[in-house]
Amino acid sequence: MTDDDIRALFLEELARIAPDIDPGTVGGGDHIQDDLELDSMDVLNLVTALHARTGIDIPEPDYPQIETADKAVAYLSRALA
Amino acid sequence: MGVFAMPSLGSDMEAGTLVEWLVAPGDHVARGDTVAVVETQKGAIEIEVFQDGVVEELTAEIGTELPVGAPLAVILSQGEEAPSTAPPAVRIEATAAVAETVAAEPAPAPAPAPAPAPPGAAPSKAGQASPAARMRAQELGLDLGEIAGTGPGGVIVLGDVERHGAGAAPRPAKALAPDPARGSPLEEMRKAIAAAMTRAKQTIPHFYLAQTVDLEAATGYLDTLNADRPPAERLLMGALFVRAAARAAQAVPSVNGHFDGGAFHASPVVNPGVAVALRGGGLVAPAIIDALALDLDATMAAMRDLVTRARAGRLKGSEMTEGTITISSLGESGAEAMTGVIFPPQVALVGIGAPQVRPWVAGGAVVPRRVVTITIAADHRVSDGRQAARFLTEFDDLLQRPETL
Repeated sequence: MTDDDIRALFLEELARIAPDIDPGTVGGGDHIQDDLELDSMDVLNLVTALHARTGIDIPEPDYPQIETADKAVAYLSRALA
Repeated sequence: MGVFAMPSLGSDMEAGTLVEWLVAPGDHVARGDTVAVVETQKGAIEIEVFQDGVVEELTAEIGTELPVGAPLAVILSQGEEAPSTAPPAVRIEATAAVAETVAAEPAPAPAPAPAPAPPGAAPSKAGQASPAARMRAQELGLDLGEIAGTGPGGVIVLGDVERHGAGAAPRPAKALAPDPARGSPLEEMRKAIAAAMTRAKQTIPHFYLAQTVDLEAATGYLDTLNADRPPAERLLMGALFVRAAARAAQAVPSVNGHFDGGAFHASPVVNPGVAVALRGGGLVAPAIIDALALDLDATMAAMRDLVTRARAGRLKGSEMTEGTITISSLGESGAEAMTGVIFPPQVALVGIGAPQVRPWVAGGAVVPRRVVTITIAADHRVSDGRQAARFLTEFDDLLQRPETL
């Protein structure tokens, strides 16, 4: 999976959880809670969806590493390597 | 049961718009089945029947705004006959000159209604059409004068328009023409919140007690539990809060129930309403029915389900009306305390602030601790500080022993 694939996947799941978010307008550095207003239930649903799509079981202490699209791409790409 | 009427889906609801039937005449329904979808100020709600029976007739038309109590359908229990004198269908639109009867038997219609003519495809004058038919014709760009009516007295009903439209495409249930008198969904929800909260502040003598609760034990419990679980099975602190609040409400009956008709009615079950913020604004507080019967995992699953359906606009009528106490949480970050407004006819609301790391005295030393401020707003017609304090103590004790939740 290329970094672009991971980014597309992340944005797709983000938009599924928060349908009012336009993936095209999400910046790589936008914080999913502070900027995109996901609550803890949304974050858990995002983690669950990323786990289902990639097989990576993002443990709770690692949640800060998926808090922006850029960080999530780096984290998931490392974990998939 | 006889006439199935538009239910009240909250103390502030005056009317709802029927957007979809989920049953058809002849269908058997059981208590608790969802039979229709009604659009309210708080979004689309699935409404349920409260008795077993068979659907005799659907009398209300899709797209019609109807006041609470207006007949929607005739649902007969076994051996029951259709009511011989039916209440007239009341409509909100002043243009609705059509009187309908819901009786299956020939009964004289109430005074202003013309005697029902036998159904037939009589040509009708433009203007004699039900509001739903009128709306649909407008959507389809059809001239009502060209449509033959089969309703009472040759009035054009929705089905006539559909047949005339002859479009093979199925009708989208929610494709209603916007009513200029109604605001955007967000504006409508704001009106509903304003009405309920104004009523609460004007009629309920609120009082408030707060307590700061050490979250060390609960946090440690959750961290350990979640470390061994895949994401789909992890718990949120919110589930512990809801579980603790339900158990504390069981221990203090005077904060759990409804104040109706000048008296408090304690509830034998605890149905905690969980305030869910909707993206884009607004808020609903659907209830988890009989939360005491659910363990922590089932509580978490119920919350996940409620939040998902709240955002999708698929809550049930019972979830909107049967809450016995509300829990409102600010989430993981933000303000440290919330003093809330009780949701009538309930008598208490538990406000949970965002957890904070604060200096805390433990074992004679000051240590950094993750703490949360719990504030209960209670109704002084029903309880006093003593009961509210007992609720907070109970809540705190439970969170110190999370494994017992």
